[in-house]
Amino acid sequence: MKLRGKVHKFGVNVDTDVIIPARYLNVSEPEELAKHCMEDIDADFSTKVEPGDIIMATTNFGCGSSREHAPLAIKACGISCVIAQSFARIFFRNAINIGLPLLECSEAVNETETGDILEVDLSSGKVNNISKHKTFTANTYPEFMMGIINAGGLIPYTKSKLERDKDGI
Amino acid sequence: MTLAEKILAAHSGNKKVSPGEFINVKVDLALANDITAPLAIREFQHLGVGKVFNPKKVVMVPDHFCPNKDIKSAEQAKLMREFAKEQGLLYFEIGRMGIEHVLLPEQGLALPGQVIVGADSHTCTYGALGAFATGMGSTDIAVAIATGEIWMKVPPTIKFIYRGKLPKWVSGKDLILYTIGDIGVDGALYSAMEFTGEAIDELPMDGRFTIANMAIEAGAKAGIFNVDAKTEKYVKEHGNYPYSIYRTDKGAEYSRVIEYDVSKIEPQIAFPHLPSNTKPISQVGDIKLDQVVIGGCTNGRLDDLRAAAKILKGRQIHPELRCIIIPGSQKVYLDALREGLVEIFIEAGAAVSTPTCGPCLGGHMGVLATGERCLSTTNRNFVGRMGSPRSEVYLASPAVAATSAILGRIGDPREVT
Repeated sequence: MKLRGKVHKFGVNVDTDVIIPARYLNVSEPEELAKHCMEDIDADFSTKVEPGDIIMATTNFGCGSSREHAPLAIKACGISCVIAQSFARIFFRNAINIGLPLLECSEAVNETETGDILEVDLSSGKVNNISKHKTFTANTYPEFMMGIINAGGLIPYTKSKLERDKDGI
Repeated sequence: MTLAEKILAAHSGNKKVSPGEFINVKVDLALANDITAPLAIREFQHLGVGKVFNPKKVVMVPDHFCPNKDIKSAEQAKLMREFAKEQGLLYFEIGRMGIEHVLLPEQGLALPGQVIVGADSHTCTYGALGAFATGMGSTDIAVAIATGEIWMKVPPTIKFIYRGKLPKWVSGKDLILYTIGDIGVDGALYSAMEFTGEAIDELPMDGRFTIANMAIEAGAKAGIFNVDAKTEKYVKEHGNYPYSIYRTDKGAEYSRVIEYDVSKIEPQIAFPHLPSNTKPISQVGDIKLDQVVIGGCTNGRLDDLRAAAKILKGRQIHPELRCIIIPGSQKVYLDALREGLVEIFIEAGAAVSTPTCGPCLGGHMGVLATGERCLSTTNRNFVGRMGSPRSEVYLASPAVAATSAILGRIGDPREVT
């Protein structure tokens, strides 16, 4: 699958409290959460984002709480994927589980600026910076995790596993 | 194998597991709260299994925005309460509850040797009991409560050795802040942190809970302690339910070994806006405060309140400061009341609240205005964590918090005792 969008670049240790502040966690609807995504570090973020856009950050993106509201808010904003040098552990699981693609690619992060247009091929991990005419390759996922990603998230993955178990396959 | 690897091997039907391996793990206890449960319940319903795998192994606690802070929170709490009732889950109502990570060990639900998963990042607290406990998201918990199993990647273990004798007023909170200050907020990313050494042996259980609680603040998957006589005594006094003990093998492989001499560690303060942004108290300078919070899943236990009371006894909260003290559970509250601690707090001019996570995440019971500064015994000081994105949060121990509440600025307990 190919994604294409404009980059919104952030720095190090972007935590879940700035991705979606706790004061908005009294609801669970992704569309409501999306209105406040990144609000505390980029007040107009949710209005600037266009469908397909890409978040980029350096290390430890998504550190802090376990709130799945964070990747849900990002996804519901229209963000097509997040590219970072590294991700915090719980955020990583949550994003994979809900079907928000994440890519680890240090070189792409180093050589991309806010506003650049990227084309991302999720199956090959190729990140093409159209604005700068440069191509990078992201780390690949282990086979086990590809299974969850290809199923469309943990719920469809588990559902088909439960059905297989029931059928004794 | 390390302690973490042994627990994971035993719960995945393997003789041996190694870091990096993907395994399916049987879950002894799964947990969610009023913020994360509604999402978990929605995803659980998408699975279409009907019933949870074992209602006596699933706990739901209304603690974050409860007692309900507004109508929307009330709706979320109601959704969780109704699901818990319909499924016959372990559920602790307002007036009988506590902050989840204070409550579960107290109730004898979190035990040594268990695998515990919770839709709350501070689930790692139970590592203090020698359990493998880790935070996850709501979808993971939906699968865990439906099937009783969850996938994990076996983490490498980093061993921390704390040598020497703890100086006066230096607590578990100071050790973990010092450690995070040293290794950084991603210093233990994807790893298990194993806490050892004679200073750890000397530490009471409440101090160990504080340390394990903040393992996530270094990016860790789990923070874990080997079981000793103190752990066993704690478990006996809290339900006395059966449990299994696993211990680190001789010659176990660690990804790193880090040693500290605790006799040189001062009380620590984490400055805004990261828990790793620490300074020893002697280098803090004059920082005026508007609010002090003592409580949370990090420091809302009886030992924490005792430390605060020792300093607040017979003294007054600074006239230009609000001090909010939140016992971590109804039991802690009652014990503190019976010991006379609550009287000390109220006479000093502090507000004492029913258990809630409230102010820690800027929910209610102490939200900060623009430009305000708070010193808190909780675990996070990110931008906007306790309210306005232009407020500031400093993290410290209960002793430093109580001292600062008297002085109206960040203060060293040695200044007032």
